Amino acid sequence: MKTKWLLTFPPELTGEPVTYTLIKNFNLKINILKASIDLNVSGNLLVLADGNKNEIDSALAWLGNTGVIVHPGDSQIVWNDALCVHCGACTAICPTKALSLDPSSWMVAFEGEKCLECGHCVPACPIGAISNNNGLHHA
Amino acid sequence: MAARKTYDEINQKIKEGNAVVVTADEVIDIVAEKGVREAAKYVDVVTTATFGPMCSTGAFMNFGHADPPIRMTNVLLNNVPAYAGLAAVDAYIGATEASLDKGINYGGAHVICDLVDGKSIRLSASSPGTDCYPRKNIETWINLDDVNEAYLYNPRNAYQNYSAATNTSDRPLYTYMGILKPGMGNVHYCTSGQLNPLLNDPHYRTIGIGTRIFLAGAQGFVSWMGTQFSSGRKRNAKGLPDAPGGTLAVSGDLRSMTTEFLKPAVFKDYGISMFVGIGVPIPILDEEVMSCVSVSDKDIFTTIEDYSVKRRDKPSLGTVSYEELRSGIITLQGRKIPTAPITSLHKSRQIAELLKQEIEKGEFEITKPVQSFPLNKTLKSLEVKSKEGR
Ligand code: SF4
Ligand code: SF4
Repeated sequence: MKTKWLLTFPPELTGEPVTYTLIKNFNLKINILKASIDLNVSGNLLVLADGNKNEIDSALAWLGNTGVIVHPGDSQIVWNDALCVHCGACTAICPTKALSLDPSSWMVAFEGEKCLECGHCVPACPIGAISNNNGLHHA
Repeated sequence: MAARKTYDEINQKIKEGNAVVVTADEVIDIVAEKGVREAAKYVDVVTTATFGPMCSTGAFMNFGHADPPIRMTNVLLNNVPAYAGLAAVDAYIGATEASLDKGINYGGAHVICDLVDGKSIRLSASSPGTDCYPRKNIETWINLDDVNEAYLYNPRNAYQNYSAATNTSDRPLYTYMGILKPGMGNVHYCTSGQLNPLLNDPHYRTIGIGTRIFLAGAQGFVSWMGTQFSSGRKRNAKGLPDAPGGTLAVSGDLRSMTTEFLKPAVFKDYGISMFVGIGVPIPILDEEVMSCVSVSDKDIFTTIEDYSVKRRDKPSLGTVSYEELRSGIITLQGRKIPTAPITSLHKSRQIAELLKQEIEKGEFEITKPVQSFPLNKTLKSLEVKSKEGR
């Protein structure tokens, strides 16, 4: 299973090899989507973790013990399907095709798994159909 | 025998429920299969549509007279200025006008949509007071049922083609074509291409003053040629301009509209615009009309302009077909650049389909233009003169 985590590191932990441990000890495939970490300053790491349920659960338990704050779950970017008029104005702005137009229906779809949470799409939507709920990242 | 039909013959078929109506998307395959001649006999009406941001949009309203009456000036609707330099209680609210307190987060387009949604709007106005209109101030609430008239009158909608936009500079540009990323990071285009009304009737044979249209859910009309109408633009072999050509001025009753096809658009650091849904039926009078409506995205070209050049005439970086634009990626100056539309093809198709159903059900008649548009109109520019004179 794949799961997306936003990991917030307190300053004292920014030097820890957390991703290395997640890969080595918990056998997870880690895809770093976005990182903003400076040594001795709190930082954020957005990762897509891939592993079986046991591996993920034990990795989460370990992360909790280290003091890393895990914001689990889906993307913090919320695309409001009901408001969207499928103009497409957000799609070439999105660096990862997390927002994309289906070439036959010409409807826009949002795939949270691909989202880097860069926030670029939020001001690009003329309808206000996209919002950013995490408050940690800004365009 | 050449296929020829009159407006009356087609309307008779519509009334009888026998008209063959297809969308401008569907007609492409029909013509490919049957050929222009047979298709022209078979199909009676082709529906075209567009749903994109159209800044030159607004509504006229007549509020009715209060007692004592007022000759309104400084009209505000939910704190958005409306133009009232007309008779006492007439006003025009333009879509792009921004609210005095909320700025571009709320404007004329929002007022119009709130009215269509049945919401109450705060009306305030003042006046010097006159013998016939003594009142000096008014503060009240209005809604769509309260006012005498409320109709859209959009001086320029439904562009026949439009240039695509990109940005060669090193900073993002915030434009009415959306956000253009630095270093040619994206190309944005509008118009619905092969579904676009005037691209399907390039020489304005069936679309003219008086043409009945679908306007945001209502039956509206083409009221004039749109502003900046430039039919004299250079045409390609298919008769199509590869830059903005004709435009339409349209009007229709707000009371019959729906906000499903009328929506405020807010472009960051640019301002307010309005998504307007327009559908135009094209009666298949003969083979020439049929040949025009069979146009497809691969035949329609547009120029790509560099919006980082802050001049009236922006340099063209090349020409692309809508087919290439629709593929999501184009090659420009040797680089692959992602493309995105700002006109909703999904909504445009919905409108073409709805209009088709209305015609099939006999609820929408086609109209012969009362007056055709001029064919060789060119665009003028505004010169900044240092003294009066010609
Ligand atoms: S936040 Fe960035 S990556 Fe995510 S959908 Fe928006 S533009 Fe794409
Ligand atoms: S820009 Fe907004 S309205 Fe347009 S497709 Fe994207 S989410 Fe939908």
